[in-house]
Amino acid sequence: MPTTLTVNGTAHEIDLPAEVPLLWVLRDALHLTGTKFGCGVAACGACTVQIDGEAVRSCQVALGDVWGDVTTIEGLGTPAALSKLQQAWIDHQVAQCGYCQSGQIMQAAALLAETPQPDDAAIDAAMAGNLCRCGTYPRIRAAIRAAAGMEG
Amino acid sequence: MSRLGTIARRSFLFGSVAIAGGVALGVWYLRSPGTNPLRPEPDETTLNPFVLIDGNGVTLIAPRAEMGQGTQTTWAALIAEEMDLAWDQVQVLHGPPAQAYYNSALMAENAPGPAYGKSAFQHAVGEALGTLGKPLRMQVTGGSTAMKDGFERMRAAGAAAREMLKAAAAARLDTDPGLLTTENGAVIGPDGQRFPYTELAEEARGHAPREVLLRDPSEWNLLGKPLPRLDMVRKATGTAQYSIDVRPEGLRFAALRMSPRRAGMLRFDAEAAEQMAGVEKIVDLGDGVAVIATNTWLAQQAVDAIEIDWAPAPYPETTDAILAEIEAAFDRAPDSTLLDRGDPDSLPDGASEISAEYRVPFLAHATMEPLNATAHVTAEGLKIWSGNQLPTFTRSACADAAGLPERRVTVHTTLMGGGFGRRGELDFSVLATRVAAALPGTPVMTTWSREEDMRRDFYRPAAIARMRGAVKDGEAVLFDAAVAAPSTARQALERWMGFAPPGPDKVHVEGLWNQPYAIPNARARGHIAPELKVPVGFWRSVGNSYNGFFHESFLDEMAHAAGADPLAFRIALADRAWRPAARVLEAVREMSGWPEKPEGTGRGVAMCFSFGTPVACVIEVAESDGGIRIPRAWMAADVGVALDPGILDQQLVGGLVYGLSAAIMGEITFADGMAEQENFYDYDALRLPQMPEVETRILETQRWISGIGEPGTPPAAPALANALFDLTGTRHRTLPLNRAVSFAA
Repeated sequence: MPTTLTVNGTAHEIDLPAEVPLLWVLRDALHLTGTKFGCGVAACGACTVQIDGEAVRSCQVALGDVWGDVTTIEGLGTPAALSKLQQAWIDHQVAQCGYCQSGQIMQAAALLAETPQPDDAAIDAAMAGNLCRCGTYPRIRAAIRAAAGMEG
Repeated sequence: MSRLGTIARRSFLFGSVAIAGGVALGVWYLRSPGTNPLRPEPDETTLNPFVLIDGNGVTLIAPRAEMGQGTQTTWAALIAEEMDLAWDQVQVLHGPPAQAYYNSALMAENAPGPAYGKSAFQHAVGEALGTLGKPLRMQVTGGSTAMKDGFERMRAAGAAAREMLKAAAAARLDTDPGLLTTENGAVIGPDGQRFPYTELAEEARGHAPREVLLRDPSEWNLLGKPLPRLDMVRKATGTAQYSIDVRPEGLRFAALRMSPRRAGMLRFDAEAAEQMAGVEKIVDLGDGVAVIATNTWLAQQAVDAIEIDWAPAPYPETTDAILAEIEAAFDRAPDSTLLDRGDPDSLPDGASEISAEYRVPFLAHATMEPLNATAHVTAEGLKIWSGNQLPTFTRSACADAAGLPERRVTVHTTLMGGGFGRRGELDFSVLATRVAAALPGTPVMTTWSREEDMRRDFYRPAAIARMRGAVKDGEAVLFDAAVAAPSTARQALERWMGFAPPGPDKVHVEGLWNQPYAIPNARARGHIAPELKVPVGFWRSVGNSYNGFFHESFLDEMAHAAGADPLAFRIALADRAWRPAARVLEAVREMSGWPEKPEGTGRGVAMCFSFGTPVACVIEVAESDGGIRIPRAWMAADVGVALDPGILDQQLVGGLVYGLSAAIMGEITFADGMAEQENFYDYDALRLPQMPEVETRILETQRWISGIGEPGTPPAAPALANALFDLTGTRHRTLPLNRAVSFAA
């Protein structure tokens, strides 16, 4: 039986078993490939999306358990209409390989929605689950601070 | 001295022949331009293999793997600089696999003579050797070579295209091209007439220039300053396309399981898997099994349900037994003794001797994007989408796997979610081809699970070093190093080309024999464990990744034995060998305020010369309630010419983090012939809260442009271990450090 899923404001009928993780619904059924597969076990954060504004690891949420509207990186902003956070990411030239960045940005967006002026400890706590192998962490921190209007 | 140079027309794509002199002319035939592989559509024009123009704009070809290091941005900037393109007009594509895109710098590393302080003659010998990349069709991204490779020939390619466009405009105006100028993608006539390149391209084709003149760096508009990376907006919006993101019409998704013992498959039972949701086909690969399904996760579930018996590993089953085989290599004649200066067998009169043994483990690459590739087998041939560092070899290997001639194989090289050397392998592209061949007519993406990626890596080898040194009157008078490991280069070249060149393995001892320190009696010997079949491969900075730790930790021990300040000790030695090495040390001394330091902290320094670049690093450590923290780090590098300071900073910091992750917690161990680690919960890396503040400085005092993708990695581990010694008085000679030290999370 198809499951109804709302992603970035659009409702979809999904004809997949209810236990398929949201990550693989987004990527393989809806072709929303901005959300990345990194580990499959919630150990890297590359698959981070928001459900009702809360940052979650989409590899760990079964399709049948999705409890609200899903926002992915594609829903946060587009090249033609960037969100403030994405603009900060570009201003600070954060990405290297870029593969983890969708997850980093979705995690950071959830942090700023809850804590508009996060101190370093809050940034540490929110971002510790998002792995980056290229070492973009200092620029991630700077971009979050800039988006929060805390530069300098 | 002016850097202007007139470059002969026929060589413009292939280096500074006219500048380099006689040696290069001897291999003239190797330098004739390769066939242009670009196949323009009717409304497109190519002016050379690197410049494609259509009605919408100019597209530059950067045929090097973009795996995060920013190479495509700076490669494009080299061409755009001479073409006078505005940066927001620049589009870049990777392009097809082609001999014309061979790497002219990779083989240059094999030139004889000293590694640092090269004369013009030695540099030219290296360039001549580099042309061997062409007959070998070495379109390879690796060895931190892209900017060495492209610095002159991409500017020449841009300048040649510019002159062709000017000549076309001059023909229209019936005037001398010398009266024309260029700006923002257009030729400007004597009376201010404006001719956009897009309108001139077709006419420009017939106007190949007789010579081109490269601009003086003082006239650069794009090079030399931080440019917005061409991939940044896409990477901040989830619209960058990696190989895992391609979605050709009708795509199916596959998962696979190959032997974790790196040998054959004895039997398998897929009865349960066949009945599972979404499964379309079970593929018996002979040496493994794949499942093609409607969804990657459903394919993974089905693969997990297959029972498989694997043949025994072709190497010892446990870490201890593997290390014993590596240690036994010390009893064999050395594979190389590339450094043998003075009298290293004798102890100088009045000197005191120290010795120590060091060990480092196997390491995985653990790129963020798990290995994957997509293949589509049709009656016409094979199409493959693969994020790879070696497109010509990939095409050849996939053609073999599909039983097709190369001309019927198309390779799309995508962006890469990390490479670090792992995507310089052929296995993931070949396996995707073999899986898709089981379902002709349907494109199939084969994605490795994280566990498959980690168990089936070509690891950075474990290595053991035996170090001996002597000091006298506060100075180093003897340095005698021996390292043992399996040969990465021989295994990797065998996989690339089916043979490994004879002769000493320089990669195995890089970072040990070629360091710019003037120690009067010095020797470095490399011992290879030739029969050890643990799969090993190129891992960011390769031999330097372990030799840097051995060399710079032991030099620290020598400094302490001499009663000297470790930084002053190094500067004195480097100053007599090669000034750029001393300058990077002086830079981190100034940046960090050495020897002053905050109460309760320890500091360590290391300087490693790799890929042409000396990098010095000071790391600060401090005790905290949660364990050891790394509050700050300072790095300085001399790259000769700083093409993009922003990207250089990214690469230094990134290289440091990659090295720190390995130093603190990276370790692959073996039991029952299998790697024991399988995912980030048991093979983790540095996280944001553990990240130090890093200050970098770029120097441009050495004569030749040098690499940056890897040189930030080697000094990380020794600087950290030396800082721990400074803080605690304990010398750590075995990695990873978290075996003995508790680090804050």
